[in-house]
Amino acid sequence: MKFGIVVFPGSNCDRDVATVTQGLLKQPTRMIWHREKDIEDIDVIVLPGGFSYGDYLRCGAIARFSPIMASIVAHGKAGKYVLGICNGFQILTEVGLLPGALVRNRDLHFVCERISLRVENNHLPWTRAYSPGSVITLPIAHGEGRYYASDDTIKSLEDHQQILFRYASEEGELNAQSNPNGSLSHIAGIVNRRGNILGMMPHPERAADPLLQATDGLGLFAGLLR
Amino acid sequence: MTQRYKCHIYVTLRPSVLDPAGTAVQSGLKQLGYETVEQVRIGKYIELILTATDETQAQKQLDQMSDQLLANPVIENYRFELSPVESLV
Repeated sequence: MKFGIVVFPGSNCDRDVATVTQGLLKQPTRMIWHREKDIEDIDVIVLPGGFSYGDYLRCGAIARFSPIMASIVAHGKAGKYVLGICNGFQILTEVGLLPGALVRNRDLHFVCERISLRVENNHLPWTRAYSPGSVITLPIAHGEGRYYASDDTIKSLEDHQQILFRYASEEGELNAQSNPNGSLSHIAGIVNRRGNILGMMPHPERAADPLLQATDGLGLFAGLLR
Repeated sequence: MTQRYKCHIYVTLRPSVLDPAGTAVQSGLKQLGYETVEQVRIGKYIELILTATDETQAQKQLDQMSDQLLANPVIENYRFELSPVESLV
């Protein structure tokens, strides 16, 4: 399984992802500068976290027009894997591969902490390493991570089991205190209808190496290899 | 024959989207003693100059660029004003 990690000006989690895919999982991994267009050799495209183009105008709004993006849209529409983490999730919504938008956190703070997530289903490769309903701990680090979409869109996401991760308490309960940014329906990560494109605000790549004493995120990458 | 237009674009959050920054500014105004302020919503203001054959074509361009980039229709509305200008100054 070959991973391609897109590097925009302002990306800052790209090497963390490579540390997981190449370092821990021993998979071929290529860093892809955003001006490249040929990604035919890649199985899994990762849009990493960071502040692409300084988050100017809106997070992900400018990155969406990078030369690489047309190839990524084609890659996703062909049913191949695309993973957007944090800023990558914002880019996926801006380009229309995932519904909704990510707006300023409810309490205005940049939230940087470890939070609990409930795994909503494990029908897809992304989450097959986890049991449904299990609670995992991943770091988040964002100022604009409040998931917003119309009521119809939220209902459609629920109906089609497109919500993979929800912010929850350590016991797996959904409540306002365990929702760090005010996301609608406690949404932390969603997939497209087909299930091959995942966007999530939490950082699985920052919780994969045993050296960091947190490995709950490794299963997300490892699940793709089975 | 083309005409140069100065355009003012206002991008605002849709009413259904919570605006925590607006709420924070409102509470700041309240602390300053402006008890009369009932609501604050913060948006973006964009100024640009473009050329077009006529006003209709200029409006069409503005609609397109707003839909594609300047505003995100999922969360924002926009409106604009434009006026002919002779020079860039």
